[in-house]
Formats: sequence, C-alpha cells, structure tokens
Amino acid sequence: SEARGAAMATAVESALREALAGPAPGAAALGALRDGLAAAGGPAALGRRQRERFGALLRSLAAAAAEGPEEPAGPWRSCFVEGPPGLALSALLGALGDAGRRLQPIVEVLERFVREGRLAALMWEVCQQQARGGPAELQDALLAGVVALPDRVSNSLRGRNPAVFFPQNYFPLLGAAIVEVLHEISASLRGGSDCSISFVSQVLGKVCVHGRQKEILSVLVPRLADLTKSDCIWQRICWRLVECVPERWMEAVVLGFVQRAPGADVLSRLLGNLVVKNKQAQFVVTQKFLLLQYGYTTAVLQNLLGYLSLDSLRRALLIKVLQELLETWSSSSAVKHSPAEQQEYISKAILICLSHLKEPEIESCRQELLTSMMEGVKCHLDSSLPQIRRLGMIVAESISSKINTDGPVLKFQYEEDDEARELKSLLVQAPSICAVPSLPDDNDDDLTPYDMSEDKELKKTKAPVYIRDCIEVLTGSEDTDKWEATVKALESLVRKNPAATREVSVELAKILLHLEEKTCIEGFAELRQRAQVAVLTVDPIPVAQYLTSQFYSLNYSLRQRMDILDVLVLAARELSFPKVHGKIKHVEKPCVQLLPGSDSSNDWRKIVDERIKSKTRRFAKGPSQVQVASGPNEFNSVAGHFFFPLLQNFDRPLSTFDLLGEDHFVLGRLVHTLAVLMYLAVNTVAVTAMGKALMEFVWALRFHTDSYVRQGLLSCISSVLLSVPAEHLLNNMTEELLETQSWLGDVVEKDPDGDCRRLALQNLLLMENLKKKLNKTVPS
Amino acid sequence: MAAPPPDPQFVLRGTSAAVHALHFSCGGQEPDVPILFSGSENGLINVWNLKTRRVDKALDGHGRKSVCWVETMDGKDRLLSQGRDQRICLWDLAEGRTSVMDSVFTESVGFCRCSLLKVAQGRWLMAMAAKALDEVQVLELPSKTSVCTLKPEAGAKLGMPMCLKLWQINCDSQPLLLSGYEDGSVVLWNLSMGKVLSQLFCHQEPVMSLDFDSEKAKGISGSSEKVLSIWSLNEQQNLQVHTTHRLVNAGISDITIRPDKKILATAGWDHRIRVFGWKKLKPLAVLDYHTATVHCVSFSDHKNPSERLLAAGSKDHRISIWSIYTQT
Repeated sequence: SEARGAAMATAVESALREALAGPAPGAAALGALRDGLAAAGGPAALGRRQRERFGALLRSLAAAAAEGPEEPAGPWRSCFVEGPPGLALSALLGALGDAGRRLQPIVEVLERFVREGRLAALMWEVCQQQARGGPAELQDALLAGVVALPDRVSNSLRGRNPAVFFPQNYFPLLGAAIVEVLHEISASLRGGSDCSISFVSQVLGKVCVHGRQKEILSVLVPRLADLTKSDCIWQRICWRLVECVPERWMEAVVLGFVQRAPGADVLSRLLGNLVVKNKQAQFVVTQKFLLLQYGYTTAVLQNLLGYLSLDSLRRALLIKVLQELLETWSSSSAVKHSPAEQQEYISKAILICLSHLKEPEIESCRQELLTSMMEGVKCHLDSSLPQIRRLGMIVAESISSKINTDGPVLKFQYEEDDEARELKSLLVQAPSICAVPSLPDDNDDDLTPYDMSEDKELKKTKAPVYIRDCIEVLTGSEDTDKWEATVKALESLVRKNPAATREVSVELAKILLHLEEKTCIEGFAELRQRAQVAVLTVDPIPVAQYLTSQFYSLNYSLRQRMDILDVLVLAARELSFPKVHGKIKHVEKPCVQLLPGSDSSNDWRKIVDERIKSKTRRFAKGPSQVQVASGPNEFNSVAGHFFFPLLQNFDRPLSTFDLLGEDHFVLGRLVHTLAVLMYLAVNTVAVTAMGKALMEFVWALRFHTDSYVRQGLLSCISSVLLSVPAEHLLNNMTEELLETQSWLGDVVEKDPDGDCRRLALQNLLLMENLKKKLNKTVPS
Repeated sequence: MAAPPPDPQFVLRGTSAAVHALHFSCGGQEPDVPILFSGSENGLINVWNLKTRRVDKALDGHGRKSVCWVETMDGKDRLLSQGRDQRICLWDLAEGRTSVMDSVFTESVGFCRCSLLKVAQGRWLMAMAAKALDEVQVLELPSKTSVCTLKPEAGAKLGMPMCLKLWQINCDSQPLLLSGYEDGSVVLWNLSMGKVLSQLFCHQEPVMSLDFDSEKAKGISGSSEKVLSIWSLNEQQNLQVHTTHRLVNAGISDITIRPDKKILATAGWDHRIRVFGWKKLKPLAVLDYHTATVHCVSFSDHKNPSERLLAAGSKDHRISIWSIYTQT
C-alpha cells in the first residue's frame, strides 16, 4: 500500500502542477485534482511541498473568484471544502480581507465550509500539527480567523451576512465542532497516541472572552456533562481542555462553566481540581467571584461553593473562602460603604459555605467563627438600613446554630418574609421533600361558617368619658383594666372634645410621650401614637412647641425621640389634608355633582343618575368624576412651628444624644421627617423660608457616611423642588441650586447606594423640568 | 365575604330572673304543642308554649332557690328538676296537674347538674353529686335505689364533681359515667365496679361542662379558661386528648352536642353562643345577642330536622331561640 499511496501522491502532484501551470486553472485540472485527493485519502496524505502548492492554488482561486474578470471555471468551490482546511480558511479570509469586487462567491464558499463540518477538521488538523510542533504564527492567524469569522464576514458584507454567520448560530456550530474534535482526541488517546488539545482550549478561551459563553457553552456543557458521567478519559480530556486555556482568558471560561453547569456535581466533573492547579482559576473562583463581584445569582453561588466542597483538596479552599467572607461581613467599614446588594450576596455565600461545613471542620474554626459573628452582628445592628440589620441577624443566627449544636443559640425577632425564608433555606443542603397532599378527610365543609370577625375580646371596664379623668388614670391608676380601656379610648375622646383637650393639651402630650406599656395590650404603640397625633392636631402650636423642644432635650430614649418625629409627620399630614366639618373626608365613591336645584328634583335626579351609573359599564374612571373635598389648609399657619425648631440643634451634642455621632439612625429619621414636612408645606406661606433653611441643612450634611441619612437628604431636595414655587426657587436660592446640582451629579456617578443614585437622578430630572418650565414662562 | 350571623328567631322574656336550665320537649305528635322548660334563679320552672311563645305554667317547687337542671322522663308529662335547695323533684304534669310526685334530697351543696339515662322501658339511671364533697351517687329511678357511689381513691384530690354525663354504647351494654372535676380532670367510671377506668387532665381550671358522643367515642369539655378540650376514648377505655380549641374569651358554662352529632353549641361567659362543626371543630358562628353570661344551651328534639331549634338561657333573664344549620 506504500507504493499505492506514493502513486496516488504523484497523481495529486501532477494534477497540482497542471492546475498551477496556466493563468487560471481549467475545469479539467481541478476535477483531476479532486479525484486524486479523494483517492489519496484526503488532505492529511499531502506532503509538505504538496501542501505549499495546494495553498498557492487555493489563494489564486480565491483571488480569481474575488478579483478576476469572471469566476474560475469548474468545481473550484469544492477544492476549498475538500482541501486542507487550514489553507482553505486562510485563502478565503485573505480574499475577504482584500475587499475585492465580488465577495458573494467567497462568502458562499465560507458558508459551505462552516456547514460541512470543516471547522472541526480545521481544529483537528491544527491539533495534530501542534503535536508535531507546527508553526505557531499560522495557528494564531487561524485562531483569530475561526473566532472572528462572523465579525469578518459581517464587516465585509456590511451586515448583509447569511444566517449561519449570526453569532447565535455560528457559535453553537463551533461548539458542536469542538465536541467533534474532542471525540477525535478521545479516539486517538484510546489508540495510545499522544495529542495536543491546546488549540481547542484557545478557541474556547477566545470565544468566551469575546462574550459568547452563552452560545458556545449551551452546546458544550450539556454534551460534556453527559460524556464525563462515567468515563474517566473523557473527564481527563475535559479537565485538560479547561487547564490549557491561556491565563488571560481563564476567567471568562471558568465563569461560563460556573454559570452554565446544572449543578455542583457536574461542575466538579467538568473542572476537576482546576482551582488547586491553576493560580488564575483559584484567584477567580475564591476571590473575584465572591468578594469583588456580586451580580451573580444564588444558583451560581451554590455551584461555585458546592464545587469547592466536593473534593478534599478543594475543601481547604472552602474554609479559607469562608474566613475571607466572614472578614468582609464583620468589617464595619464594608458594612457602611458597600452596596446592600453586595452585602446580601456575601451573606448568601456565607450561609452556603456554612451549609457545606462538617462538624470537625466547624470544630477547627469555632473560635474564629464566634469572633467574626460577634464583630459582624454588632456592626450590622448598628446600620440604619433595615435590610442590612436583618441580614446581620439571619447570618448571625445561622452561624450561632452551626457552632452551638447543643447549647443555646442566638434568636432575633424579625419579619419572616419570603426573602428571610430564602436566605435561611440556603443553610439546608437536603433536597426539599415534596409535601404529600393530605387525603380528603371527612370534615365539616358542608357547613358554611358565618362571619365571625366581630368575635373580639370582651372589655371588662368602661373607659373614662372626660379628658381629665384620662389624665388621672394614666398618671396614677393602679387599675390595669381601667388603664387599658383608657389607652384604647383616648384618641376618639380627644377628637370628640377638642375644647376640653386644649385646656390640658401640653400636659396630655407630656404624659403620652412618657407613657410606658403597663400591661400587654395589642398594638399599644399604635394606640399611643394615634392619641399623640390627635392631641397635636387638636392644639397644634403649643403641642408642637413642646414636642420639638423635647426632641433636643436630655434624658430621652431614642425610641421617644423617634416617636416625636413620627407624631409630627402624621399630624402634619392630617392637618394639610382638606377636611369637612372637622373630619377627614374619604371620597369613597365618585359621585355626580348636581347643580343646585329644588330638593324634589334633586331626589329624582339622584335616583336616575344612580340607575344610569349602575347600568353603565365604565372602562376608566377619570379624576373628573371625583369630587375633591376642599377646605382650608390647617397646616398653613402652623408649619413653621413643626419645622424650624427641629433644624436648630442638630450639631450640638448632648451628653446622651449625639446626632452627628453614633445616633446617626435618629439623624436619618430626622432628615426624612424634615423632607416630609417640607413636602406637606406646599402652598403655605412659610414654604420659601423653610426651603432655604432646609437647603442649608442639607448642604452641611451632604457627605454623611450613612446611606440612610443621604437618602433622606436627597428626599429633602426633592421636597424643596416640589414645594417651593419655581420663581422663588430661582430668585432666592439660585446659588444653592447650582451647588446642589453639581453635588447631585457626583452622587449619581459615585454613590455606592443604589437608592441614593436613583433619588439623585430624580432630583436632576426635577431640576431639568424646572428649567423647562421657566423657559416656557419667560421666553428669552 | 361570609354572611353576617343570624338574629334569634325569637326571644322569650319574662322569667324575671337569670335562666340556668333549659330543656325542650318537642317530639310529640299533633296536637301536642312544642314545649320548652326553663329553670330560673328565682326557683321557678317555666313551661313555655313555643307556638304562642308564652308561659303556660310556672312550677314553684324549690323554695325560691335557683333551679339548675330540668329533664323530662318519657314525654312532657314527667319532669325532673334539680334545685339549689338540695332537692331533685319529680313533677307530674299530665292533664294540667302541677304537683311534685316524689323528691330526692341530695345533700350536695355544689353546682353540679345531674345526668339522666334511660336504660330500659320505665327504668332510668340518674347520677348526682353526693353528700361527701368528692362523691357521685347513681340512683335508679323511679325506685330511688342507690346503684353505686363513686368515690375517688384517697389522695386523688380531684375536688368536687362539676359536671356529669351518663352514657352507654348501646342499650345492652354497661352504662358508664364521665365526670368533670374541680381540678380540671375528666374521669371515666365503671358503674358496676365503682372503679375509675381512665382519668385525663384536660384543663387547668375546674371543668364547667362536658358532652360526649358515644358513636365517635369523642367528647368535649370546657372550663373557665380560654380553651375547649376535645378528647377521645380508645378501645382500651383510655381517655386521650384529641385537640384543643382556643377561644377569644375565657369561660364556658355549658356545652351541648346536637342529637344528630353534626354541630355543637357552647354557652360563654362572654355573653356569646358559639356554634362549631362537631367533626373537626370548625368554628361556624358566634351568636352575639345576650348582654350577660349565657348559662345554658339546649337543642330541641323536633322530629322534623328543619324545625330544630337552639335555645340559650342567660343571666340577662332572656331565653334566645335560634334556628341555625337546620338543613344539614
């Protein structure tokens, strides 16, 4: 057969010589070349010299197709599909790059090249050459060509490229080609011959770094997951495939695998001990994905940490990762400055790590865990953002339950919502067991219950009916039943007897501010607050003066100070809403306003209108139907009394109360309160003065480290922009506005808190609108 | 949105005293009128004609001492009544008579209502609290012969009996007695041996009332607490707690399961009557009419289910009559 092979090679040789002889190869010569090639057993049989000649032929064919007066004759296209794939692709790309006159035939040949599986042949050819030590430059050019093919075609054709070169089609094809090459490699390894995989790894790496992980890995990962299931050669091929990815592309590839793998076990099969062997992969997995980035889903985290837990070599890394995560979690600077989303991400990672740890591993780092927990819970509870506090509680509870298996564990009180449950579920590894639906039992379902909402607890004692009696009961009474009844009745009593309340309003406000829960009453805090609001609305000026002065006084708890703020806001809101006959009117049903007429006609009109309304289907209820209640704005005359005293002393620390220091949570509440009061002061006389004062206040605090405070400040700006009339804003506060605008720009770009950025952007839009409005009214 | 609870069908007024005991007698054929007996705190037993909704007769036989229990023996002509004068009277009401035929002196000073069980034609058993504080005595009626005296073991510290329920699985089997005690336990007694078969601690406080469904072997008890306790009797004659149901307000003075075992009613210290489904103790209705403690609830024995009534007697001197869940 040696002799036969040599004979065939001679036939190809002569055909090549003949084809290259003339200015353009004839159809007959090309036909002979194809036959000779097929008889020799494909392009692999070609010798070095023959390959060079074949390359020259393909280049001239491609140039002729693109530039020549007319397309080459005969089966020239098949030469590209059947000839050596590397040479064919370089020749075609060369012709494409020259931007010749006729690109259509070149692209058509490329399309055939891709569709007829020549990509796999190309990669396999390069792999074999690499094993023999082929030229590196050529390989780099081919690598770039294969990965950038869609872009090259698209650039040449200016977007009118065939569907096969759309990235969503091309890269899955490339993925399938890689699987094919890997099959060849597997066969060759099983045959006992060595083989290089690095070109395939390079292709994979380059595709991934170009952002096409999804397209290529959606083909590769499921196939590889399947092939590696019970075959250790395939597992080794797969591990090598990832290991040989050049360092600069490693991150993209690992990320792609972590995101696409259906589970940690699959990931572990596909990657092997990559993180132990490869420094870059280790950095990416243990640092970058966990501590520097935070946008990945919980499933990715579970894959990642599950992968680390599935091998004894990797478990050491898992413990290291946990220590680093805890370090970040318990760092007060991180808690203060990093975005809430990142903190949630880190908390999730900690919980997942904890779920993987085994008893002896926990034993080995119990003390460290305890220290981190104490540190972390302290700085989380110190935060003024409720979600951060809750994250701290949940993580601390979880750590505590892990390290104290038999002793007492930490238990916090927080709302058990879906988010909290999701977080806690991360701590449990066991797959959820489907609940067995309970069998239908004989029950009382044929009996329909009546409404039982009125079934409430029976009151034993009668509440007092005079305000002064209430004061007596609240200050001195030992009768807890009576006390309870009084607390419950006070609000309505105050509202029913405004005159009697005014006589003792400040005294009553004082009692309520200091009222402590004597017996366990449901909703005590709310009852007390409603009574306080009632007293404040009935007699606003003296009571507001009292409350605002107490806000900055000695010896109050933070709770009481925040109560003061809440009461001020609620009362201001009530006062600023229009009322009818001293009662807040809720416009429940939109009703038709009738013209004044005789009473009898009114009645029948009403009946007819009602009937029409009941028979008419309305698809939209516009505001035109709503009768807006109107009345004097009672907040107008008192807004200043609510507002200005609160601004006065914020920068003067008392011995027990330091707003600018550690009581920043109360400061946050104060700032939010001021924002609401400002907003409610719209259309009042004092609004401009209030706005000016508030802008100054905001300016003084704008670089506060607590994001809750900054959110409040930004709300203050919104309130000022919305409440103060536009011309006053521009006449009296031009400079403040300009300063504020540049600060807002900074916040939008740099603030770590998402809510702050959003609020600042809204404020900028408000300012923009203001400008537009002004341009409209004053045409310059 | 569930329907609002119904109003009473009618209200009987005029007892001029708190009502402590109720008993219907509506099972007779026409032209018998349906009757409700009520016992009040002033010692009178009123015989209400449910057609005219007026008092037909008022029986005065307990020396103006409160009447706490009334029960008929075979139709409305023979009536048993228990009063705080420590007497149980047997009334002859046939043909318009209103005379006390016979009486038993109980010597008991407690509030424990008696329990009556017909064991054969013309033969009844009646359980009642006895002279000794913790004893229950069972008599055979009408002969008044003592069947047994049930005395807890020394040191059991059950306290006084608070409520009694005589029952048997069917007419051939041994009658048994369930009694609720001051210490919150319910005890099952074997009458022939005079022995405790089972004891169950259902409540922290004295058991105020209990009723038992012999078909399902399941019973319910209430006390001055906020819970109803449901318990069952297993085949080894052991009482076991089944479930408990939490009430909004504390205090149950009476519990009655309707004879068809579909629903039950409780009389509450919170002035309310509560209706539950009996199978699962599903809350069905809270009837809020009375203005003072409800002392007793009773279901009528109408032959036609749709006519069935529920009556409740209260400290506010009124008897409310309700027609509820009559279609099931």
